[in-house]
Amino acid sequence: MKKEEVPQDKSNLESANFKELCYAVDENGEYTTVNSSGWDPKTIALNKAIEDINERVEDAKQRVLNNQTSPIEYYMEFHKMDLQILASYVGLWKWRVKRHFNQKVFNKLSKKVLQKYADVFDVSIDQLKNIELHGN
Amino acid sequence: MEIKFTHHQSAHCENGVISNLMKHHGFNVSEPMAFGIGSGLLFCHIPFLMVNHAPAFTYRALPGIIFKRFAKRVGIKIKREKFKNPQKAKSVLDENLENNNPVGLQVGVYNLVYFPDEYRFHFNAHNLVVYGKENDTYLISDPVMEDVTTLTDKQLEKVRFAKGAFAPKGHIYYPVDFPKELDLEKAIIKGIKHTCKDMLAPIPVLGVKGIRYTAKLIRKWPKKKGVKKANHYLGQIVRMQEEIGTGGGGFRYIFAAFLQESSKILNKPELSNLSKEMTLIGDSWRDFAVDASRIYKNRSAKEDAYNNVASQLEVIAAKEEVFFKKLKKAIN
Repeated sequence: MKKEEVPQDKSNLESANFKELCYAVDENGEYTTVNSSGWDPKTIALNKAIEDINERVEDAKQRVLNNQTSPIEYYMEFHKMDLQILASYVGLWKWRVKRHFNQKVFNKLSKKVLQKYADVFDVSIDQLKNIELHGN
Repeated sequence: MEIKFTHHQSAHCENGVISNLMKHHGFNVSEPMAFGIGSGLLFCHIPFLMVNHAPAFTYRALPGIIFKRFAKRVGIKIKREKFKNPQKAKSVLDENLENNNPVGLQVGVYNLVYFPDEYRFHFNAHNLVVYGKENDTYLISDPVMEDVTTLTDKQLEKVRFAKGAFAPKGHIYYPVDFPKELDLEKAIIKGIKHTCKDMLAPIPVLGVKGIRYTAKLIRKWPKKKGVKKANHYLGQIVRMQEEIGTGGGGFRYIFAAFLQESSKILNKPELSNLSKEMTLIGDSWRDFAVDASRIYKNRSAKEDAYNNVASQLEVIAAKEEVFFKKLKKAIN
């Protein structure tokens, strides 16, 4: 890639006001570094990935509202987690977390366990139980 | 208290921390040098692992290993510590800062507040340098950022004790012992040899073979997984290749810069030619990314399109195979 070919497309980096560093060749064939504001092919990929996450969150939300799953699954998706990551944050086995997706099991959870989830998701226990109280 | 520390922006966090810490201690080591000596270049499809609900690909060596190899090859010693107790982790960090010693930390990205929201995923192998503390605020030099920044002690604790794969566990590291002069020549040759070995390895998911294997997977995805998943997976490849930290072209440009610098140090003009060749290979990776992005931009892609990008990868694999064989010969 030549120095002047380093893409300067609009991207999500703009919001944080920073540019990333790319390596490119100058007119004498020497390597140098150039700041780039972004590149469309990867911005599209990132935006698609975020769209996917939003779809997953929305889907989980609907299933919570239809009583098909517990709020834990919604909050997990909201925080871009999967079972493995959530399990390690709350310090429980994966199968236990998965069991807590079951509404009946969720309703019987002790305050202590609920608090663990609430801490990880940075919400109150009331918000944990009722996702409509969740700000976003 | 603030340690006099010069922040240089780099493409990738791990090389950047190595390079910045080395410069702080009076050794002028560039980012490409750190990357090349540490044999950072790779291609690997990591089997059985799913990241963000897609298969995992990497264009670089495992987190932490670049610094480890670099240290061993140039003869510096690194002190590393991990912790169970956040309190203990904090006091060790504070002690070091008091002794005027800037340190590297491994952190998780998800709670890194100065990153744009869109980039905050559960990725736990990010690296940064702490070079001071004012009251409860730590002074941070994050190599991928243009400028230095800060984190409160609470924020720093959160990212140091992120959970999930590669959990940092408060990982702190810093060089403690340096040779009088760095023996770069030997280190460069070792680094190059190792990279050639990795890229030409007879393992189906690694190096040149790994690229071919990935091409095969791409051909199968639309039928086996459906267009939606196929596009998501393809997007994942491009992101791993081009996202912040790779310097463009899946680290191929950084590697080319390393070869160019090495050709002068070793006085081997053929490495300079190989550097040019690697730049062209990097360009082919960029072309692949452009064509792949055309596919996932339009939801309804023809099967042809997948075969087309797969063939592009096969061409790249062939080029890299020839390249690394030549490189191996050039340094023997």
